[in-house]
Amino acid sequence: MEYQNAFRVFFAAKSQNEALARIMTAAFLSQYDPTLAELTDIKTAVSEAVTNAIIHGYEEKAGEVELFCGYQDGKIYIEVADQGAGIADINQAREPLYTSKPELERSGMGFTIMESFMDGVRVQSKQGEGTRVYMEKSLTTE
Amino acid sequence: MELKFLKRNRTLIITIDGEIDHHTCEILRGETERALEKMGGKNIVFRMGGVSFMDSSGIGAMIGRYKDIQRLGGKIAIAEANDRVGQIFLLSAMQSLIPSFPNIDLALEYVEGGKE
Repeated sequence: MEYQNAFRVFFAAKSQNEALARIMTAAFLSQYDPTLAELTDIKTAVSEAVTNAIIHGYEEKAGEVELFCGYQDGKIYIEVADQGAGIADINQAREPLYTSKPELERSGMGFTIMESFMDGVRVQSKQGEGTRVYMEKSLTTE
Repeated sequence: MELKFLKRNRTLIITIDGEIDHHTCEILRGETERALEKMGGKNIVFRMGGVSFMDSSGIGAMIGRYKDIQRLGGKIAIAEANDRVGQIFLLSAMQSLIPSFPNIDLALEYVEGGKE
């Protein structure tokens, strides 16, 4: 797909970079004059996907998280990817309150939040190869 | 994230400022455990008026603290959460375990089981 504007970055799978991913996303978005609610929705969804990559993809071991943001015709496109463990059962992972890591105090609400705050969420995953989450959201236009 | 701890009666009041995510939740958990050990307390009220961002990690952390406090026979509540934080809590349907109050006085009244 061709985008009017886009960026793609790779960063270390460290929890302190969750804030970095949100800040980069917000900085890119701010060019398109989003409402505060849209900005927060997208930042929250990115935070969930990046946290999943770090905790579940790489299981808090070393790795690289990929973040892509694109803009085309009033719509924001996000991709968050890892080359980690992959998801055995995507439907189960997307169920509200399901978590494979309750011992880490995970709420199991990550995908539910992504789905609630974005217009579309698609997950591609292969065990042993990694996971890529695609999300999109239309920005309101005056 | 910045945390402030204050003890009132049998309740530890924890004021959270800044962003709550997976990274800062680890800090929140550790500091809360330490404060409960050092300052004591049976209940917790989280004062969240200064929270500028929260994702689902915040839900996990609150439920984790709920379990700790339940073991002590206490109660836990949230005060001053803004609309955005409230929206995340609503999605998780955790209000039945951890009620949310518009101000600190109502939250204290709930955890302390009435005015003293």
